[in-house]
Amino acid sequence: MSETAIGETAMNDDPLREPVWVRWTLIALAVGAMALLVVLPLLMVLFAAFGDGFRAWWGSLNEPDARSALSLTLFTVAIVLPINAIFGTMMAWALARFEFRGKRVLLSLIDLPFAVSPVVAGLCLVLLFGSQGWFAEWLAANDIKILFARPGMVLATLFITFPFVVRELIPLMEQQGADEELAARSLGANAWTMFSRVTLPNIKWGLLYGVLLCSARAMGEFGAVSVVSGHIRGLTNTLPLHIEILYNEFDTTGAFAAASLLSGLALVTLVVKFWIESRHGDVLAASHRRIS
Amino acid sequence: MNASVAATAPTTVRSPRSRNPLPGFGLSLGLGLSWLSLVVMVPLLALSVRAVGLGVDGWWRALSDPRVQASLKLSFGTAFVAAVCASIIGALVAWVLVRYRFPVRRLLDALVDLPFALPTAVAGIALTAIYSANGWIGQWLEPHGLKIAYTSTGIVLALIFIGLPFAVRTVQPLLETLGREQEEAAASLGASRLTALRRVIFPEILPGLLTGFSLAFARGLGEYGSVIFIAGNLPYKTEIAPLLITIRLEEYDYNAAIALAALLLVASFLSLLAINAIPLLFAHERRKGKPQ
Repeated sequence: MSETAIGETAMNDDPLREPVWVRWTLIALAVGAMALLVVLPLLMVLFAAFGDGFRAWWGSLNEPDARSALSLTLFTVAIVLPINAIFGTMMAWALARFEFRGKRVLLSLIDLPFAVSPVVAGLCLVLLFGSQGWFAEWLAANDIKILFARPGMVLATLFITFPFVVRELIPLMEQQGADEELAARSLGANAWTMFSRVTLPNIKWGLLYGVLLCSARAMGEFGAVSVVSGHIRGLTNTLPLHIEILYNEFDTTGAFAAASLLSGLALVTLVVKFWIESRHGDVLAASHRRIS
Repeated sequence: MNASVAATAPTTVRSPRSRNPLPGFGLSLGLGLSWLSLVVMVPLLALSVRAVGLGVDGWWRALSDPRVQASLKLSFGTAFVAAVCASIIGALVAWVLVRYRFPVRRLLDALVDLPFALPTAVAGIALTAIYSANGWIGQWLEPHGLKIAYTSTGIVLALIFIGLPFAVRTVQPLLETLGREQEEAAASLGASRLTALRRVIFPEILPGLLTGFSLAFARGLGEYGSVIFIAGNLPYKTEIAPLLITIRLEEYDYNAAIALAALLLVASFLSLLAINAIPLLFAHERRKGKPQ
């Protein structure tokens, strides 16, 4: 990161501004801390992934285990995102537009998955669906496998990503108010027309934003998925779990190749997120508007 | 907001529960609640029931294990130290981003969210590679007796990485909305910049700092993916509580896993309680004017 001199020395004796050297020390410290903590790991991933050349990188990604890990990750995301989008919007509608008893409690319950350890979430699913679990007999009788199989991975990811869409939409809907929706209703729109013509266009960027955060979390989830997966290669390995296996086998190039793929997805997420913030900031909740 | 909506609402009463003419309350709340129960509440209930079922005896046996005690001490300690560090760095980064203009500012702003978007396993292997004995930074520190990878310092480092976005993003909006008038008043009354920082700015951003700290602490306490790579995972030394849960689970020692997980769950509840209480505590003055 290069730093060129700031051209604001004229403001030097402004009592509301720190002296130039203080300003630049603080900027250097902040940039340095971010470079060390955030940029360096990213460079490390790229360096280690492509250190043996592009061919080695492609080779370790084009391997059956890596391919099945990628497809399982995408499969999980493809199920989790629509569910979160639909139910998240419903929940946000109920919480942002209506007053009812227990609303405060419900609002904090929604945040719970943010604070709960992913490992604890995974353990909870083991306690429900494992061999000693509540539903063990019923599952065995009906020959349904949840743990160490895809349904378990999806459930774990759903738990972890639960709050993202709801949390994004509630403040947005509260800010926008119900005036337009009430107007639509008074003009005779039925519920679906009101939703599809007024509510959805109003919240679409917020919804996309929430879905984006949700997909980043879903693709990268490790702890919860690790507990319920059983680590069956080619069957229940997502990309993050695949990274762990390769890393523990000292296949550094392979691990970092898979990591570079996930980092690329994370970077795309960030770019889209930043684009939404700066382009459509006016239709996001106030906390996400970038003042620049 | 909803109170005013209800007051001016037309007479078409749809839902018997509220005088709100907007449709879909029953449907959205019903489906939302079922979703919350299925995905989050039932699994957590399973853990809670099993934890209570352990009885005094089971709890005593689980918690008197010195390995469990060591892991809890390590997890709480590292999460606390990391949350403090993340809050300090986060406040610095937020300050620099809001108050100063410099070449890489937009990029820095976008990069703040990277730890949130980057899968934890990727962060874990990247940080380990950087700080291990032959890594980019580790090779310079190791000769001086400074070991970071495979020590508790490494755990703290990974947790700072995880907590940083929360610390920045909770302080940043407060700094953005902070009016310059009070600072001007302080300066005109002869206060130095440091006094203004301490007496005017700090009290304003304190709620954000505390919220960011609680979020970083809660996340750090449960973090698994990034830590297990850099921790070294030596029992009694660098074995975090979430890792011990998975180890006990693999040994089919369900009771120990349940006891540990229940403790972490209680800690999550308490962090959430703190996060919800902070705005209420600080907003008390401001809310007085508003009719509830």
